[in-house]
Amino acid sequence: MRFFLEVLISGLLSGVMYSLVALGFVLIYKASGVFNFAQGAMVYLAALSVVGCMEKGAPLWLAIPLALGIMTLFGIATEKFVLRKLVNQPPIALFMATIGLAFFIEGLAPMVFGSDPRALDLGIVDEPIEAILNRWGMVISRFDLVAAGIAALLVTVLALFFQYTRIGRALRAVADDHQAALSIGIPLQHIWAIVWGVAGFVALVAGMLWGARNGVQFALTFTALKALPVLIIGGFTSVPGAIVGGLIIGASEKLAEIYLPPLMESAFGGNFGGIEGWFPYVLALLFLLIRPEGLFGEKHIDRV
Amino acid sequence: MSKTIGDVILDLQNISLRFGGVKALTDISFDVREHEIRAIIGPNGAGKSSMLNVINGVYHPQEGIIIFRGRERKKMEPHQAATQGIARTFQNIALFKGMTVLDNLMTGRITRMKTRFFEHALWWGRAQREELEHRKKVEEVIDFLEIQHIRKTPVSRLPYGLQKRVELGRALAAEPSMLLLDEPMAGMNVEEKQDMCRFILDVNDQLGTTIVLIEHDMGVVMDISDRVVVLDYGKKIGDGVPEEVKNNPEVIKAYLGASH
Ligand SMILES: Nc1ncnc2c1ncn2[C@@H]1O[C@H](COP(=O)(O)OP(=O)(O)OP(=O)(O)O)[C@@H](O)[C@H]1O
Ligand SMILES: [Mg+2]
Repeated sequence: MRFFLEVLISGLLSGVMYSLVALGFVLIYKASGVFNFAQGAMVYLAALSVVGCMEKGAPLWLAIPLALGIMTLFGIATEKFVLRKLVNQPPIALFMATIGLAFFIEGLAPMVFGSDPRALDLGIVDEPIEAILNRWGMVISRFDLVAAGIAALLVTVLALFFQYTRIGRALRAVADDHQAALSIGIPLQHIWAIVWGVAGFVALVAGMLWGARNGVQFALTFTALKALPVLIIGGFTSVPGAIVGGLIIGASEKLAEIYLPPLMESAFGGNFGGIEGWFPYVLALLFLLIRPEGLFGEKHIDRV
Repeated sequence: MSKTIGDVILDLQNISLRFGGVKALTDISFDVREHEIRAIIGPNGAGKSSMLNVINGVYHPQEGIIIFRGRERKKMEPHQAATQGIARTFQNIALFKGMTVLDNLMTGRITRMKTRFFEHALWWGRAQREELEHRKKVEEVIDFLEIQHIRKTPVSRLPYGLQKRVELGRALAAEPSMLLLDEPMAGMNVEEKQDMCRFILDVNDQLGTTIVLIEHDMGVVMDISDRVVVLDYGKKIGDGVPEEVKNNPEVIKAYLGASH
């Protein structure tokens, strides 16, 4: 039981970090109906900006706002040079544009900041928390706990922002009905710039946490792939969905990793390591069959 | 009626709009005078909604010019139309479904907000004060439309007739000088229609708002409009005061020939 809890908790904690990446997707998808293929690349760019600035001599406290500046500029530039030209184009055109954007970032970022994998030290050590170890005998990583805390805080702040501010209201309006939003005079361009800015900010936090944990390297762009099952389970349009989806993926993949191999080996024989790698996708596939709109997504009914 | 109708404020000249091979509007010209209620009527698919969409820039016509308040344009943009004081409702209600009535009406204030989005993020206090002023204005609209009791209800839970009323409210919250209404009474029962009629007349009379209205109910149209434009298959077949239009042989033919 204790071991089960330990696995569950560390799974949930890493799940929060999946939620964070998924959240970046949801924000942009809600506001502009675009599936932003470049989200993973943005995570990479953000992490690279932080280590890049630090290598050029900036301390961490300075590197973070600098990276935030880079991400914000990037968001505004995306709106100005890519999205604005594509207003009223079909979603697939916008999706293609984000693929282009991903390649652009993946090419440009290493050119500016260098491409070799590097460590990012946030000053949080990745070791078991002793108090928990002594009291309950469970191994819970301090880094995971702090990272999850930061992610949870960010998610809460964003949720409040969207619910209670004027910008949030305008944003929900745009997400709800594009045409109506335009007709009441909501400046779509500002909204898009803000959303991409916020998505850039989310990418920065995600990039730093993932970068500190796994190293800042090209593989960070693949975190986006992990967000995909999260989105399928939670629903593409729901912020709570991204959170719950992340937790489900995080917890279930860890549990599956531990408990499934013995079962499957006794059933089929052979070796079933690395379940963590594919389990989320199988889970997502099941969801697609049973509940394609996701747990929190809106059921889509076409007007006929 | 006590109101005095003013000069032409919107002049549409030779508007043509095509969707691929479909000619939605062909060479249409008419004008709208300040403070009047101008109706657009015609059988289904005649191009009425398209006309409204051209006026506030949802559709861009291939030919023709739009002169609004002395400024000549080849096309409007929705955002531009909104900031120039044109508000509208849609044939298929386009409210923000997930939001409450109050929030929907507050979004209607957007063109009236002085602090810009970015400032809002920086000067929280000032923005909050401004928010209160807008809230006051929105409460006036709520009282006017008699929807106090549903203030905090998400619009998706409201019956159709009330949603139409809330959509009018969102448009009114912008304090527009011109209001475009696409079938504001469609699907309503007699009582709801009477209410809506009264609201439209009051807005026009008390606030002097110019109204361009699409409506299928001939009784209502002839009753409340100052002038009527008749479209059929994207062409204009009649234009004038209700009495004139009623006796126009082409209009009679179009209406008898078409099924409703
Ligand atoms: N976005 C669009 N794309 C393609 N065709 C369109 C579009 N909007 C309108 N049309 C076409 O233009 C013509 C006029 O349509 P419109 O909606 O303006 O008619 P309407 O007079 O408002 O009809 P109704 O009384 O049914 O509302 C129709 O043939 C319609 O199919
Ligand atoms: Mg119509």
